[in-house]
Amino acid sequence: MRPRVSAYQLHAPDTLQAALALLEQERGTLQPLAGGTDLMVLWESGKLTHKKFLSIWKLPELKGIAVTPEHITLGALTTYTDVLEHPLLKSEFPLLCQAARETGGVATQNRGTLGGNIVNASPAADSPPALLVYDAKLELVSARGTRWVAYHGFHTGYKEMGLSKDELIRSIRLPRTDDRWRQGYRKVGTRKAQAISKVCFAGRAIVDGRRIQDIRIAFGSVAPIVLRCVETENALRSEPLGSSAMVAAKRTLAREITPIDDIRSTAAYRLKVAQNLLEEFLLTLQ
Amino acid sequence: MRDTVRKVEISFCVNGETKTVRAYPMARLLDVLREELGLTGTKEGCGEGECGACSVLLDHKLVNSCLVPVLQAQESEIKTIEGIAKGEQLHAVQEAFISCGGAQCGICTPGMVLAAISLLERIPQPNQADIRHGLAGNLCRCTGYTKIFEAVVQACRTIGLQA
Amino acid sequence: MSEKLIGRSVARKEARDKVTGKARYVDDMRFPGMWYGTTVRSVDARGTITNIIFDDAIPWNEFTIVTAKDIPGKNCVALIAHDQPFLADKIVNHPEEPVVLLAHPDKGLLEEARRSVRIAVAPMNPIFTMDDSLRGTEIVWGRDNVFKSYVLEKGDPSSVWAVADFIVEGTYETGAQEQLYIEPNGVIAIARPDEPVTVWGSMQCPYYVQKALMALFELPSERIRVIQAETGGGFGGKEEYPSILAGHAALLAWKSGQPVKMIYDRAEDMAATTKRHPSRTKHRTAVTKDGKLQAMEIDFVIDGGAYTTLSPVVLSRGTIHAAGPYFCPHVRVRSRAVATNAPPHGAFRGFGAPQSIFALERHMNKVARAVGLTPEEFRRRNFIQPDQTTATGQVIRENVRLPQLLERALHLSDYHAKTESYSRENSRNRLRKGIGFAAFMHGAGFTGSGEQYLASVVELEAMPDGVVRILTANTEIGQGTNTILSQIAAEALGVSYEQIEIVRPDTSLVPNSGPTVASRTCMVVGKLIESAALELKKTLIAGGHLQEVYTPAEFAEACRKHIESFGPLKSQSQYQAPPGIHWDDAKYHGDAYGAYAWAVYVADLTVDLVTFEVQVKDFLALQEVGKVVHPVLAAGQIEGGVAQGIGYALYENVVWKNGRMSNGQMTNYIMPTTADVPSIRVFFEEQPYAYGPSGAKGIGELPMDGPAPAIVNAIENATGVSIDRIPVLPETLMEALASLETVSSRA
Repeated sequence: MRPRVSAYQLHAPDTLQAALALLEQERGTLQPLAGGTDLMVLWESGKLTHKKFLSIWKLPELKGIAVTPEHITLGALTTYTDVLEHPLLKSEFPLLCQAARETGGVATQNRGTLGGNIVNASPAADSPPALLVYDAKLELVSARGTRWVAYHGFHTGYKEMGLSKDELIRSIRLPRTDDRWRQGYRKVGTRKAQAISKVCFAGRAIVDGRRIQDIRIAFGSVAPIVLRCVETENALRSEPLGSSAMVAAKRTLAREITPIDDIRSTAAYRLKVAQNLLEEFLLTLQ
Repeated sequence: MRDTVRKVEISFCVNGETKTVRAYPMARLLDVLREELGLTGTKEGCGEGECGACSVLLDHKLVNSCLVPVLQAQESEIKTIEGIAKGEQLHAVQEAFISCGGAQCGICTPGMVLAAISLLERIPQPNQADIRHGLAGNLCRCTGYTKIFEAVVQACRTIGLQA
Repeated sequence: MSEKLIGRSVARKEARDKVTGKARYVDDMRFPGMWYGTTVRSVDARGTITNIIFDDAIPWNEFTIVTAKDIPGKNCVALIAHDQPFLADKIVNHPEEPVVLLAHPDKGLLEEARRSVRIAVAPMNPIFTMDDSLRGTEIVWGRDNVFKSYVLEKGDPSSVWAVADFIVEGTYETGAQEQLYIEPNGVIAIARPDEPVTVWGSMQCPYYVQKALMALFELPSERIRVIQAETGGGFGGKEEYPSILAGHAALLAWKSGQPVKMIYDRAEDMAATTKRHPSRTKHRTAVTKDGKLQAMEIDFVIDGGAYTTLSPVVLSRGTIHAAGPYFCPHVRVRSRAVATNAPPHGAFRGFGAPQSIFALERHMNKVARAVGLTPEEFRRRNFIQPDQTTATGQVIRENVRLPQLLERALHLSDYHAKTESYSRENSRNRLRKGIGFAAFMHGAGFTGSGEQYLASVVELEAMPDGVVRILTANTEIGQGTNTILSQIAAEALGVSYEQIEIVRPDTSLVPNSGPTVASRTCMVVGKLIESAALELKKTLIAGGHLQEVYTPAEFAEACRKHIESFGPLKSQSQYQAPPGIHWDDAKYHGDAYGAYAWAVYVADLTVDLVTFEVQVKDFLALQEVGKVVHPVLAAGQIEGGVAQGIGYALYENVVWKNGRMSNGQMTNYIMPTTADVPSIRVFFEEQPYAYGPSGAKGIGELPMDGPAPAIVNAIENATGVSIDRIPVLPETLMEALASLETVSSRA
């Protein structure tokens, strides 16, 4: 199934400016390539139509983690290993760390990037559920300039997203959290490691007494996109914790997600387990 | 039908030696190592980044060389299984794989040895969970992993004694 | 040498090469002027080839193209039946059936060319299930879709049903399983008119490949040379398949005049090569109210895929193991291997036994429950004892002590305390715990008179420096052949392990010591090595150059003098059946195997009721295997087999779509990683077997048999749901639990 390697071009400019200029010139024909953990797999199995690639792996402008009192900003090329090694992420953003730890094996964690995980746009991706519940914002750059968009809403359909052909994600910004938030993440994969998720849950909530003051819930592998479950959040927000809220939330979730049968699992399983994971998280809040 | 893309000159340091190859930029690092440089100790098990048989250390980090276009290795430092022993002197991890029975058919072994070395460099005293996590990207169909875990523990002890 | 070598864990012979990357596998080899080969395969499952269309965009004049027309000899893979062609001619019988071969110096262009050939087929109705095959919905093979059937009879079960206290029935199913050796199949062939057709490859059985190529080219054995390269795992998957692949590469080499390398990528290996036979077993058992087996009727069916390949032999082993390590006066096993339009299923560690033993060990739990006994008590009352007869009427002459083996396994796994505490605590937890076990045996070597037909030969040759070379066709595929055969030879010769050299299996150099399959290498071939070594020593002593007691240096000196006086010093040994072994192939009656290994495996696991995932936490494997030649290698065999068994039970699901595997990537066919295997604790009991080398029996396949039933029994212990099909995926378990809830809410 090997592609004929001599038929494929790969450019590797040294600077972001040069990369963006190339992207603008070759609008739509040039496919950005970072650590290759997704794209190279697709390319080798003959599933990519692109003939030209743009290596952004070494662009310094897309690297690094910056912390301010309000935010943490992760360069799009932040690898899962970078995530795991950062002390602040460990203490404040454990869901992202857990997602990073459960993505592939060490070799994948060394090469896979957060930006790549977002633009690969797999509904089964592991870090997007965490990024969604952390209210991530994306910095998008092109030769035309820079813009910021909320990550929630960025994915519009299966493998579709609000990114122009000449744009790259430059960074991902998360507002700092505090310890009022209770957090939970659970990936249910085809096995315990080196697995693609069958259902993936991320959630966080502030509980005031016995009432849910604020909540974020996101699921992977239950819809064409990784889904922030706003309706389920609404069904829970301001509600007292207890069995009636639980029942209502599970019912809402069932309406909100659209799982399917595929070679990895079944729609029925995904629905049931998504409900169970939500329930499990809500039980930890009591 | 014929080639539209030119080969480019790519230089890197492999096992301590500077090498320059002419290769198509999208050629897999795995193929360049095996076919251009004759470093056939790096194996191909799946070509999809799943089995870890092609693991090498790229700038001191474990990677699947089947997923690295060679152009991205420009100016990098690469270590393959052939660069692990110092002459006849095996690395402690290699010794432990021999004495504990960590290698059976041997096809996953080069990748597994590199994954174990990389693990011990990051976590010199790994617990069972660390070992399992550190080797989870390297599939072995022969051993059931038990002897590989034992080898890592033994190597870690030997390295501790040498230090 | 006073130090015993047998029982010592010496360093694996080729270990250093393997840990340094120096070991040469076939894909590591290159020859000047080498081309690459590829295979164009049918898309359709069944039909008539109407046309082969070559797309104009490819410069075909640069390629070597081979179709069935180019075959110089017989277009069939010589094995058991002669029904499988090397290249489909007129008819295709399964998806991925090879039709056209292409070779070219440029791999990349070759792949584009492969995609530019279309096989046009006028489709015929295919069948994909054992039921459709048995019903004869379509006849796709022979007169009735049945490759082979056996009836094995002991006593008269029909006399029992009317008077039985209990009759318990059950149906059990197992799925296909991919061997998933990490090195895919691959070969290199050179075929020049003035030299033998020569093939290097990843394989278990060089002489099988030679036999297949002799028919393909209609050449005598001396014109076909097959050499085993270092082999990255086999597990049965490189028993018969390499014959086809070697044939393909050799045809391309023959026509092109160039060396041709063919290495499957993972996708092709998964799609096209053999897998474990799916199976269905129906049990009907009569048992007294005090829990004694009275009659067993077993109907065992396996799906052979489109061609016969090894199905008759796989079926045979599954049939013989179907009634397990129990004594029952009346047994009838009927078994059939049937045809479907899937790629042929083939050899995989255990060879039919894991399938029928899964059914049996699930069923024994069901029978125990029906008579109100614990699984362990029921088995205690029925274990076969010395002097009793198996289902084939074989009198057990070994000193088998199954109750003690069971007792020790339950003790080592803390079984009784755990069953008690789990049943107390489980209802309170969403993480349910369960423990279960399976008891089983596995015959070593070829079945019945198989070893006599093989009549294996080994050779030893002493060199003037005292090095002794072992010449056998038995391959090192990771299991330790090189090491244990060296130990056995060194022990018998009284020389050091380092003085023994293994000659790489090459049909032009080594005698045919039979295939590397069936847990036979240690027990059967090892015994031949031992005999040849003793003979060689006797020759040296008789020649007057060696005393009865000697040092390695004296041995070396004696070799030198002997060779100077008499010429080359060689010793051969040929298989002879141990005394008192009788087998009736027509009635399928008698001594099925010279010896069995006996085992009790215990699985301790959790079932998560949130995700329905099963995680095995602790696995105990206790077995009696005769003398253990190399404790580390032996434990490694067991641990590896257990991990494959865990995969078989819980993860490894071949998803079929119209006869084709649709999850043929390592990402989607799920084998256990380091995070999925539990601690595997291995214990041996050693009862030396008189006709094995130093008392050793076979162990390679045994560990594949026990994990699946032990695990599913443990799942039942944890959840109360009785599942009779593997793999038990979380999705399956969720449905089973849901139907259990429905039943209990109705009750």
